[in-house]
Amino acid sequence: MRAYLPAYEMVVPRTLDDALALLREGAGAWQPFAGGTDLMVLLEAGRLEQRKFFSIRHLKELRGVEEVDGGVRVGALTTYTDVRRSELLSQHFPMLGQAARETGGIAIQNRGTVGGNIANASPAADTPPALLAYGAEVELVSAEGARRVPYADFHTGYKQTVMRADELIAAVRLSKPSEGARHFYRKVGTRRAQAISKVCFAALAEMEGDALREVRVALGSVAPVVLRCRRTEVSLRGRTPDDETLTAALEELGREVTPIDDVRSTARYRTRVAQNLLREFLSGLRGGGFGS
Amino acid sequence: MRECDGGGRGIDRGDARCVKLAAIIVRSSRKGNKEDRQTNRMTLSTKDRLVGRPVPRKEGRAKVTGAARYVDDLVLPGMLHGVTVRSPFPRGRITGVHFGEGIPWDEFTVVTARDVPGHNYVALILNDQPYLADRVVNHAEEPVLLLAHADKYLLEEARRAVKIEAEPLPAVFDIEESLEPKEIIWGADNVFKTFLVEKGKVEEVWDRGDVVVVEGEYRTGAQEQLYIETNGVIAEVSPETGVTVRGSMQCPYYVHKALVKLFDLPEDKVRVIQTETGGGFGGKEEYPSMIAGHAALLAWKSGRPVKMVYDRAEDMVATTKRHPSRTRHRTAVTRGGKLVGMEIDFDIDGGAYATLSSVVLSRGTIHAAGPYNCPNVRIRSRAVATNVPPHGAFRGFGAPQSIFALERHLDKVAAAVGLTPEELRRRNFITKGETTATGQVIREDVDLPGLLDRAFELTDYQSKRERFARENEGARRKRGIGFATFMHGAGFTGSGEKYLQSIVGCEATAEGRVRVLAASTEIGQGTKTVFAQIAAEALGLDYETVEVVQPDTADVPNSGPTVASRTTMIVGKLVESAALQLRETLKGAGLISDSYTQSEWARACGEYTSRHGALRKHVQYQQPAEIEWDDERYRGDAYGAYAWAVYVAEVSVDTLTYEARVEDFVAVQEVGRVIHPVLAAGQIEGGVAQGIGWTLYENVVWRGGRMANGQMTNYIIPTSADIPPIRVHFFENPYAGGPGGAKGIGELPMDGPAPAILNAVEHATGHAFDFVPLTPEAVMDALEGETAGAAK
Repeated sequence: MRAYLPAYEMVVPRTLDDALALLREGAGAWQPFAGGTDLMVLLEAGRLEQRKFFSIRHLKELRGVEEVDGGVRVGALTTYTDVRRSELLSQHFPMLGQAARETGGIAIQNRGTVGGNIANASPAADTPPALLAYGAEVELVSAEGARRVPYADFHTGYKQTVMRADELIAAVRLSKPSEGARHFYRKVGTRRAQAISKVCFAALAEMEGDALREVRVALGSVAPVVLRCRRTEVSLRGRTPDDETLTAALEELGREVTPIDDVRSTARYRTRVAQNLLREFLSGLRGGGFGS
Repeated sequence: MRECDGGGRGIDRGDARCVKLAAIIVRSSRKGNKEDRQTNRMTLSTKDRLVGRPVPRKEGRAKVTGAARYVDDLVLPGMLHGVTVRSPFPRGRITGVHFGEGIPWDEFTVVTARDVPGHNYVALILNDQPYLADRVVNHAEEPVLLLAHADKYLLEEARRAVKIEAEPLPAVFDIEESLEPKEIIWGADNVFKTFLVEKGKVEEVWDRGDVVVVEGEYRTGAQEQLYIETNGVIAEVSPETGVTVRGSMQCPYYVHKALVKLFDLPEDKVRVIQTETGGGFGGKEEYPSMIAGHAALLAWKSGRPVKMVYDRAEDMVATTKRHPSRTRHRTAVTRGGKLVGMEIDFDIDGGAYATLSSVVLSRGTIHAAGPYNCPNVRIRSRAVATNVPPHGAFRGFGAPQSIFALERHLDKVAAAVGLTPEELRRRNFITKGETTATGQVIREDVDLPGLLDRAFELTDYQSKRERFARENEGARRKRGIGFATFMHGAGFTGSGEKYLQSIVGCEATAEGRVRVLAASTEIGQGTKTVFAQIAAEALGLDYETVEVVQPDTADVPNSGPTVASRTTMIVGKLVESAALQLRETLKGAGLISDSYTQSEWARACGEYTSRHGALRKHVQYQQPAEIEWDDERYRGDAYGAYAWAVYVAEVSVDTLTYEARVEDFVAVQEVGRVIHPVLAAGQIEGGVAQGIGWTLYENVVWRGGRMANGQMTNYIIPTSADIPPIRVHFFENPYAGGPGGAKGIGELPMDGPAPAILNAVEHATGHAFDFVPLTPEAVMDALEGETAGAAK
């Protein structure tokens, strides 16, 4: 432990309103602490700059999966383990369960939360690409009230979001994809477990005959933010995934991603693998090689 | 030779090449039929009551229940915590040390090079590595200053507040830059050590008309040991008792020797105690001398006990790693596939100080020509200096590096003369009476063709070789199978054991308990269990009667370091001899006869001790007369015994992600005699897993001489989900020099995985990769020209 622990403060607000009141004290005065799986890494390394935290883990209204008007609402404090165990999610949003299973180990899955994964805003996060592919909305709450933001508009730059300093993520909302939708999720992290993604790919397609009526493609670890690949989607929407469409889409994807070289991998590898996975996804749509 | 299988059913292997072929164990099959094995063992030989049996581990209960106390569990009254302030520069002249604001510096104990009471070097071989840098630093993370305080959190604030100022000097970071030389950073030429091994006249083979010449260059990367428990010690210093250090270590007497020099104290004023140790793999061979010295300096200056335990990040970036290597091969082979000349240049990167590099180089050099009979061999090797933290001991100790090169190269040689990899090796396997590269005559029965046959049979090698080649065309996941054949020498090289003169004691208490006294450490591999088995077997006593004393230099003699696959074979043999001397003493005193019961033994011990006092016998290593070694010419019997092995790897390579995975692994080896089948199989499985890590996952990213990925999230070691079933098969051919016939096996399993896996990857992809780690990024670079369909 390299942090100077006496410099840190943690309070436990009794209610959600008390928590939101703390957030009103001003930008960065207090920061919420949910599962802590990202914050504890920084604390251990002595690199956690924020000093004042409030725990929200006990706020039950922020945890759980429920069906709401045609969709599903996943509370921000829903853990990966909760996601894995939710029949509702595994039935309609199988990529979320897969992402949860491939995040960290059991201990991390017990602590880490869906909202925390979004708020931490790491471009290498594993759940966000699936959320983007499902067209999720983020429900934000503050003392002023609540608002919803399309998740695709949430991240604005590296570790930058549209969230105001007085807001907390309350939930994500998901609309159920159609019965025959194709879900494709693949995390690439070199080892099979406990990996940080080099590339994380999630895509959803709804077919009409041989054509892609709707398609959403999202990637992690290829840009400063988890990336919804809108231009690639445009190149595919309404088309049959034939060779010509496929080649055009791969080229579009190659232009749309902006990966970097770092200690984990190279930009070249990330781009190439992202393209390979898109090709695999699209090829599968032809023969019906995989489904939901 | 006989093979052991999980159920203990002997299989006759009526093979004319070997004298007595029978079979025993194999896998530490968790489902193995224990009853069967035990009954069978008893009928095989009623004498072996304990040797060859999976008795419970001596220290197992304490570890499983959490009762075992590691150094970080210990708290001494008045204890301070200590930390090291390290150089951020790879090379430079220290111009100042700045103590930042806001820290109550008067509460801290501060130690610099100027405080060292004795010699400011870590006594080992060349004594060139300082405990604390004085004026110059030669690698990033080099210790410059030590701090101690009772509040370990404040201590971290203080460590951050110290700024070392230096005038940078040009640095070299790899073997090429060192040899160029881009800059002289050590001695006259940056070379710590060279060796030359010559057999026959290799210079005469190149122009022969009947040979094909094949060349190749092979590289291996650094590897972090990643023992579960990081380095840690507690030191106490008092005028009366001198310096006492307890901690996690492999070699208490190495630490002892280093502290004697650091404090310039008589030997009896330094005491080193090993605490329960969570793994070493070589990483706790030389490094504990450093951290022990640091804690002791702080304890000496503060007058208080001082604990130093590294966190994972510090342990990864600052302590030793496996030496990176470069090997160049030039081989002359007849069209009929006989090796007639091998010229090998083997270079390793030693880092900034000499430490153990010369010895690592020695083992790598001797293993570089492998288990083959080649009449003309020249091996030239060098350990060179670079401005990175010193590389050090790691399981295999240079041999995995040179064996990787050879076993990759032989697949290339085979292809050059149109033979299969196995046929080329079969035509050159060393056999009894033939000589190794150092001219060592193999006196034991060795049956590499038999091991190869068995390994191929277990893996269905031949049919997979054909089937995969056929099915890979157009497949998204390409499969391959490959193998490596190799040997590993047990014990210190050449005259090493003679110089060590290891001593082991055995003591019988008045109650008839037997205590084994040795400095050989239990580090998770089973020293205590195996020593107890050996002593109890020799004396015909119950396993529980024997206690193996915790190493403490005040109590135990110097049985040498716990390294080099020597503990079971060399030290175990001394345990056996010392135990037998207890029996002879009691017999000589007329207290027991040739056979006795447990209670007769106890009565005899009681009687003896009441009459004569303590019954304690020490034995010292005597090199067998037939072992001859010439240190000058590097010729002769390099090792007392070799373990022989054939490892087969099956891999798949995903053409979407370029990830290679090991799908199946078979490890067949002849190891003399298996003392404890579960521990032995565990050694093989662990070594293979570590070998898989080194081959496909573990990539130390260097930036300006520093490890840039010193976290377990970014330095990728395989998880259990990445490790295939490892099928372990032992053949036994008892070695007279080892206890119960055992040879050393600890390092052996590190040698085979890398070449076997890369040979399999070549089979899968058609690409002859010549380096490890083979990352997916590197596989992509080689394959991407062929993956049609993906856009550029």
